[in-house]
Amino acid sequence: MTDLTELYQQTIIEHNRSPRNFKKLEHANRTAEGYNAICGDKITLYLRLEDDVIREIAFQGSGCAISQASASLMTSAVAGKTKVEAQALFRAFHDMVAGGADAPADPGTLGKLAAFAGVRQFPARVKCANLSWHTLRAALAAAAEPVSTE
Amino acid sequence: MTTAHRATPRTRAARPAPEVATRRADFPLLATRVHGRPLVYLDNAATSQKPQAVIDAITRYYETANANVHRGVYSLSEHATAAYEGAREKARSFLNAREAREIIFVRSTTEGINLVASSFGRTNLGPGDEVLISAMEHHSNIVPWQLICEERGATLRVIPMNQAGELLLDEYERRLTERTKIVALVHVSNSLGTINPVREVVARAHARGIPVLVDGAQAAPHMPVDVQALDCDFYTVSGHKMFGPTGIGMLYGKAPRLEAMPPYQGGGDMIRSVTFARTTFAEIPAKFEAGTPHIAGAIGLGAAIDYLSRLDWGLVAAHEADLLAYASARLLEVPGVRLVGTAAHKASVISFVVAGVHAHDVGTIVDQEGVAIRTGHHCTQPVMEFFGVPATARASFAFYNTREDADALVAALAKVRQVFGG
Repeated sequence: MTDLTELYQQTIIEHNRSPRNFKKLEHANRTAEGYNAICGDKITLYLRLEDDVIREIAFQGSGCAISQASASLMTSAVAGKTKVEAQALFRAFHDMVAGGADAPADPGTLGKLAAFAGVRQFPARVKCANLSWHTLRAALAAAAEPVSTE
Repeated sequence: MTTAHRATPRTRAARPAPEVATRRADFPLLATRVHGRPLVYLDNAATSQKPQAVIDAITRYYETANANVHRGVYSLSEHATAAYEGAREKARSFLNAREAREIIFVRSTTEGINLVASSFGRTNLGPGDEVLISAMEHHSNIVPWQLICEERGATLRVIPMNQAGELLLDEYERRLTERTKIVALVHVSNSLGTINPVREVVARAHARGIPVLVDGAQAAPHMPVDVQALDCDFYTVSGHKMFGPTGIGMLYGKAPRLEAMPPYQGGGDMIRSVTFARTTFAEIPAKFEAGTPHIAGAIGLGAAIDYLSRLDWGLVAAHEADLLAYASARLLEVPGVRLVGTAAHKASVISFVVAGVHAHDVGTIVDQEGVAIRTGHHCTQPVMEFFGVPATARASFAFYNTREDADALVAALAKVRQVFGG
């Protein structure tokens, strides 16, 4: 039996209750929208990108605890990072929550994001954890279309 | 389902009616365990479980009777044709249609609606015309009409509802005009449980000569349906929601309506003669059944209808009304729970939200306790928007569910508080 506490770690519960960087960024030069059509999770991501560095990042949205905490922790993790660093983090995160069994994450790189390691035991919830990251990738690529993880 | 049963005293000691207790054993999947616990299946509005009789009928068909229908002169094909057409007669009887040729086998309710929207819409809708649907429609009774309206330059209009999830009939009346070409509405709402006054809706439309399509997907598993009594022009259901197989459904249409409509799809079986210059079409129902049909599905659906016809529907109605009243009351004992959809006339479908916790989290947590419920927008995004919620959790009860299933859901909801605190 999978353990609920592995999915709903204290870090996740806490970030869901008090999400960081939850606001509209007035001087954003990149924005992207993401949604999970099936469950109704929605996120708008705001970035101020200068010289390929994420100077500021914030989000607004609504959804399940996994999607909201993931957006909160992601914005905290990539703030100040270069585009390339953020993309590397995306890959490490994705491998951790949805990768094959022999693709364990390096906890050193992921820091607090390791709280999402339990998600891989709940396949239906992987897209909740990934939503903000897919939205980030769209914002960095300046994609015009809203992102859907369906 | 009747208001009389809503006053049922909530004594937890009550056992399921003997009828129900014995019927549970007919459904092999209900004995499954999930995460080491007995499955509590409360997602019947998404799909129902199948009795052994249905599973056996499908197996028996493939083992002993498989052949294509309407073609062969050999005896096996004749047997298969007789079984397939026999299922149509069962479907006729189930919906109380006048004639078997008024039953078209389709893939699902969705396909039934698409068939009418496309075929009726192509010949009856033009610029300035209107299609009238309701505020509580499933996406399957919204999108096909949007597509045809866009193609024909017609407009989609909506009958509003109140905060309980009941249609506003005065507003409905106001929207019936000489521009209205068809009314399409759901019999029982999949996300709110509301049972709509279909007969009244049909009568008001007919007073102006406007035909009515009814989406009966959620009604068929809960109540006997009589299309002649409702007097609707079209009625469509899905087999898998009424204890039959997936991939098969039925569309009832009054014969003169169906005869006046052009084919929906072209192919074999729906023609009278084909030349490269011109094709003439078969009579109904064949005109609307292009290609080899889902023979096994129709036979399985026939077996489900046989099964349902042996139930005492008075007992089923009383049992489901008891489940609705009991489960609603018990859910309201859980701190933070609010029901979405509180119509006076409701089927045993209960949508709810837990304050501060997203429905998806609720669904994952109760699943760990073996309780299967649906969470999300239930393919009714406009309904979610109306009630100002992103999603709901939904427990939908079939006649084989029990008060103990409701108790298991309520117990599992206590875990939600444990995880989220508060």
